[in-house]
Amino acid sequence: MMASITAAETRAEFTKLIRLPAYVIPTLAFPLAFYAFFGLAFGAQHAIAGTTMATYLLATYGAFGVVGCALFGFGVSVAVERGQGWLLVKRASPMPPAAYVLAKLFTSMAFAAVVVLMLFAVGAEFGGVRLAPQTWITLFAVLVVGSIPFAAIGLAIGSIAGPNSAPAIVNLIFLPMSFAAGLWIPIEALPPVVANIAPYLPTYHLGQLALGTLGAGHGSAALHVLALLAWALAGAGLAAYGLRRDEGRTYG
Amino acid sequence: MHDDDIPARLTQAGKHYGIVTALDAVDLELRRGETLALLGPNGAGKTTAIRILLGIIAPDAGTAALFGRNPRVAANRNRFGAMLQVGGVPATLTVVEHISLFSSYYPRPLPLDQTIALAGLRGLEKRLYGKLSGGQKQRVAFALALCGDPEALILDEPTSALDIESRFALWECIRGYVARGRSVLLTTHDLVEAEALADRIAVISAGRIVAEGTTAEVKARAGATLVDSYLALTRTAASEMSLS
Repeated sequence: MMASITAAETRAEFTKLIRLPAYVIPTLAFPLAFYAFFGLAFGAQHAIAGTTMATYLLATYGAFGVVGCALFGFGVSVAVERGQGWLLVKRASPMPPAAYVLAKLFTSMAFAAVVVLMLFAVGAEFGGVRLAPQTWITLFAVLVVGSIPFAAIGLAIGSIAGPNSAPAIVNLIFLPMSFAAGLWIPIEALPPVVANIAPYLPTYHLGQLALGTLGAGHGSAALHVLALLAWALAGAGLAAYGLRRDEGRTYG
Repeated sequence: MHDDDIPARLTQAGKHYGIVTALDAVDLELRRGETLALLGPNGAGKTTAIRILLGIIAPDAGTAALFGRNPRVAANRNRFGAMLQVGGVPATLTVVEHISLFSSYYPRPLPLDQTIALAGLRGLEKRLYGKLSGGQKQRVAFALALCGDPEALILDEPTSALDIESRFALWECIRGYVARGRSVLLTTHDLVEAEALADRIAVISAGRIVAEGTTAEVKARAGATLVDSYLALTRTAASEMSLS
């Protein structure tokens, strides 16, 4: 029962979002456009951290892309469904609450997979990115699985923010956190002030994990994974607090 | 009576929001096969009572039970369908996509085309929810309540936002459901609706049940017409509240 409900819920969630330009454009089109602009403009000749610019930025824009899928897919959609009462209708039904969260997680991972594959295609076709088959697969897996902690952070935002403020809050967190972690411009090229902040951001750790699969990352992979796990736990804890707080309120 | 004969029950249920008492020691019983109207003015506690019965919120005092079971457990709600007073239904799914998703929550749902026919949604199956009229949207909400072939429906002000024609259409849907031997608990602030649909009426005011019985009994309590008794009952409760 739980598995079939989660499957139906995931299918509906995916269908709902793919028809929503406010989700599809920032999550799928922006990372592609940014990568095309920055990644391909510098081309295959600019070497950085032992690899080409197009290859390096494929990892970081991949991270940027999957983080967006998770933050928007959870942050905005949960805030809207909570604030407008749809979550109450779900909670009055026999739907197991876990199915709701899992469906959003699988949907955001599916969008993450799509955005990564689209970036790979552009990088290989127009950026001259050449990787061993195994490296392509590892990079793909790191990016898609690495989006999970950001789903927890998104759920936390969605459980606390109001339906109208959520898109702005997500952008205010997402964009600076991506820039300062070196997902847009390599961390080596950031001003030292910003680069010093980076290790405190979850985006930095995902970016470095992804770069690590290309041999271009800093620091130990195990520590990056630990940092991401800590962020995931913090997000889940905050989300649990927000959803519990909701119960004491009356809507409508 | 056996648990199976009481689809929904509140026992001495209480709920406070800060210093506001939304519900005060409420006893309420929906019996098998009946339509019970919880009648009261806005802010009387109707929605709080419904939300406690559906497990959305927990009471501060007393208990709620669905067929004798705790409504806070999702699986214990699978013999019920509900309509709440909320908007925010995702606009980018079609009528049939919404119904088939909710059908998946139930062990033995109605066939999709039967739900669509019972809710009066034929011809609208492929339309996006966001493109429906107000009356059509409310019929989708009814379809979501109905699709699991539940033994009882809990409807919070099902027709309050509707025009007369849509409201009569929804009344027909509710009557059709009751005619199959099922139970309905509905809230309303509209006497006409209570009288048109209900076998029994419980009048709620300022968080307390102030009268309960058949439509005729409630009328007999305090006036020649239901309107008279309703006004008399709810005013008495409200003035007691302001004195205390």
